[in-house]
Amino acid sequence: MPSTPKNTISRRSFFKTSALASGGILIGISFLNSCAPSTEVPVDIADITFNDFNAFIRISNDGKITIFSPNPEIGQGVKTTLPMLIAEELDVAWDNVFVEQGKLDVDNFQNQFAGGSNGVRMAWLPLREAGATARMMLMQAAANRWGVEVGECSTSEGIITNAKGEKLGYGEVVLEAAKLEAPTEISLKDPADFKIIGQEIGNVDVEKIAQGKPLFGLDFKREGMVYAVVMRPPAFGQTLVDFDDSETRTVSGVLDVIRFEDKIAVVGKNTWSAMKGKRKLKANWSEASPAESSEGHDQALFALLDGSQFETMRMDGDVKTAFAEADQVIERTYESPFLPHNCMEPMNFFADVTADKVDLVGPIQTPKGTAYEIAEALGRDMSTVNMDMTRMGGGFGRRLYGDFAMEAAQISNLAKKPVKVVYTREDDMTAGMYRPAVKYRIAASIKDGAITGYHLKEAAVNGNMYSLIPNFFPAGSIDNYQVDVASFDSNITTAAWRAPYTNFHAVAEQSFFDEVANALNQDPVQLRLDLINKAKGTLDPLRTYDPDRLIGVINLVTEKSDWGKKKEGVFQGFASYYCHNTHVAEVAEVVMRDGKPFVQKVTCAVDCGVVVNPLGAMNQVQGGIIDGIGHAMFGEFGFENGRPTTDNFHAYNLIRMNDTPQVDVHFVKNDIAPTGLGEPSLPPVGAAVANAIHAATGVRVSKIPFAKNMNPEVLA
Amino acid sequence: MAIHELKINGNRQSVDVDDDTPLLWVLRDEMNLVGTKYGCGIGQCGACTVHIDGVATRSCLTTVSSIGDKAITTIEGLSADGKHPLQEAWKSCDVPQCGYCQSGQIMTAAAYLEKNPNPSSDEIRQAMHGNICRCGSYNSIQKAVETAAKS
Ligand code: FES
Ligand code: FES
Repeated sequence: MPSTPKNTISRRSFFKTSALASGGILIGISFLNSCAPSTEVPVDIADITFNDFNAFIRISNDGKITIFSPNPEIGQGVKTTLPMLIAEELDVAWDNVFVEQGKLDVDNFQNQFAGGSNGVRMAWLPLREAGATARMMLMQAAANRWGVEVGECSTSEGIITNAKGEKLGYGEVVLEAAKLEAPTEISLKDPADFKIIGQEIGNVDVEKIAQGKPLFGLDFKREGMVYAVVMRPPAFGQTLVDFDDSETRTVSGVLDVIRFEDKIAVVGKNTWSAMKGKRKLKANWSEASPAESSEGHDQALFALLDGSQFETMRMDGDVKTAFAEADQVIERTYESPFLPHNCMEPMNFFADVTADKVDLVGPIQTPKGTAYEIAEALGRDMSTVNMDMTRMGGGFGRRLYGDFAMEAAQISNLAKKPVKVVYTREDDMTAGMYRPAVKYRIAASIKDGAITGYHLKEAAVNGNMYSLIPNFFPAGSIDNYQVDVASFDSNITTAAWRAPYTNFHAVAEQSFFDEVANALNQDPVQLRLDLINKAKGTLDPLRTYDPDRLIGVINLVTEKSDWGKKKEGVFQGFASYYCHNTHVAEVAEVVMRDGKPFVQKVTCAVDCGVVVNPLGAMNQVQGGIIDGIGHAMFGEFGFENGRPTTDNFHAYNLIRMNDTPQVDVHFVKNDIAPTGLGEPSLPPVGAAVANAIHAATGVRVSKIPFAKNMNPEVLA
Repeated sequence: MAIHELKINGNRQSVDVDDDTPLLWVLRDEMNLVGTKYGCGIGQCGACTVHIDGVATRSCLTTVSSIGDKAITTIEGLSADGKHPLQEAWKSCDVPQCGYCQSGQIMTAAAYLEKNPNPSSDEIRQAMHGNICRCGSYNSIQKAVETAAKS
């Protein structure tokens, strides 16, 4: 049984146990501090209060285990994956584990948040330590009962056994265990002994999903609840002057029309009456700031790329001289429009604001921050605010922002009723919070057949780049290297969107290296490997990726995809990238279908360390790839006179079944602590596809949506 | 407002709503059958798919007054015990990501397999093309429909 290195519990992670009145034991776990430096002095566990905890295990005296999953579920699978970590070290059968979604509990949980591919990464050690701690205490309680040394005891699937072969179930000793001090030393399993981690465990909600049981925010109901559909300024930069609701009030089921800020809420007894009522509203708007258009954005971003108003994020050597002395300069500009998130479940939230409390229920990636903002806006004390999280019909970054929850609270406060705010799809697509439009211009100088300089310029609406990115590949591989950024301030609201900052950077950079390889007459994979090997030899304290792990995924994907072994009529494109702490390499295969390039297959290699749940991991990677291809091929969104040009799926193309490739995923096997999976497969795939399209057609497609910009003359 | 008699999942139920109310909102708001989802309201995404006399139908575009005596089946009524071959395949293939689109996917597939019990992979891809999954679970959906067809 477990006997790997002893872990002294330091401030990095800690636990507190208490007996439950109902029988059983409750164990609190904190894992926020797992990200803090581990050099802090160990603290006395007795001093720790439940205020420091963010997950709970309940062991009842019949031996059943309930794990309260603290993090919001947006489809990334944490509700299944995080409890697996606890169950592994607790050494119980997964079938005896029940998972419940914890509610927002600022007193008892910390870091309730979904975003940044962080769920498993942050929980990896602390949740396992929590399970191991509970297991130790249960074993100690059994040892005390038997009057033997704990070292003589072992566990398996929730049963403790001593040297004589006597057995006790966890449930039988749980009350005694609750009275014990938590141990200061615990041991974690050797990964070779894992029984649950690494197993294919199905989504814990699949039964309910397949039967259509209520789970999502939009499904939530409360006695006396009314529905609100909101009219917001139709164009960015507008404010509300006045409105006429006389026709709205004649719609049957409409209960009230309420103005708040620059918005008008139509409150109805059901969703349909509120939606219909909104259609009958007449409002006058005035321009508070100038109306913008996509044409204007394009001009502004090109002007930035052509100009000199940059902030330099990293500079090695002397790019100017390298370009001046070059035999050849390769340059290309890459363009991505604004993109909406389009979560399948439109934004919605429930709020019941009464004189003495605020009750909030809904799909939110940032329950804590949103609850605080609402408390502050309403002038309430946080102790009177309750936040329940529902399952989310997608997040993709949109539900990091609590604007829709704030609306629900504001309307409930004014209507003095429990209110569910519902966005129509049109509201969802036009109310704001977009992936920012961005353009990259990348240039490389070539001398004597080698890359001597690399200069990347970014021009983005409302800024985009994040300070770590300039230290990604190819930083450290090219002697003269520079990354510059410039931003255009817009009144259109922008937001994080799955793999923020990198989702288009990867497309541009990895398309560019394909072009460079072509120009140098080199194999695109070999070109990357040579560059990475060069970085490997240098000591760069800023470097974020691990060259060996990047090389590892590249080798794996070239093997699994039969890279370079030409099949008649099948054209390959390669890309590799590192983001969100995970290394990924991908090969896309394009064939011509009805005269147009069609992506029929993507092979992907991922190094995310230990794969906790291969089923969930596979879903995340496949989903990211299909999402990335869909938006690269079809994502088309813009503005005219401040208004979005598209508002529903008749005009906005999301990828569908028959446009979807088969995605073949391979994980690198190692024992390294796990890293994120919700995002890293998405950014590079656009480049893999663009490179395969080039192989098939000779066209360098550098502007999203690819399907429209593949240059029909060449393809014809 | 008017009283409408509907046959839903084998039960007769009456509801007092305007004639133009889409079946989707009758199911969700009046009948508490929230398994049928709202995604677009314009017939483009398939999240709201139900069966009307066995035909896969977009409930967001079907007004309550147009249904008459026809039998409505929603995801809640697809099987008595949640063990329709598609529901079983959905579990064994671990299809859902966020899960929001999935009841519509299952209802589309169920009506299709009734018509064509032995579809090819290409036929499945065509048949499921009208249902959007924003999470991109399409590979698993295809696998699950293939699995159910074989069972
Ligand atoms: S909600 Fe009916 S098709 Fe989208
Ligand atoms: S599983 Fe999320 S939309 Fe399909």
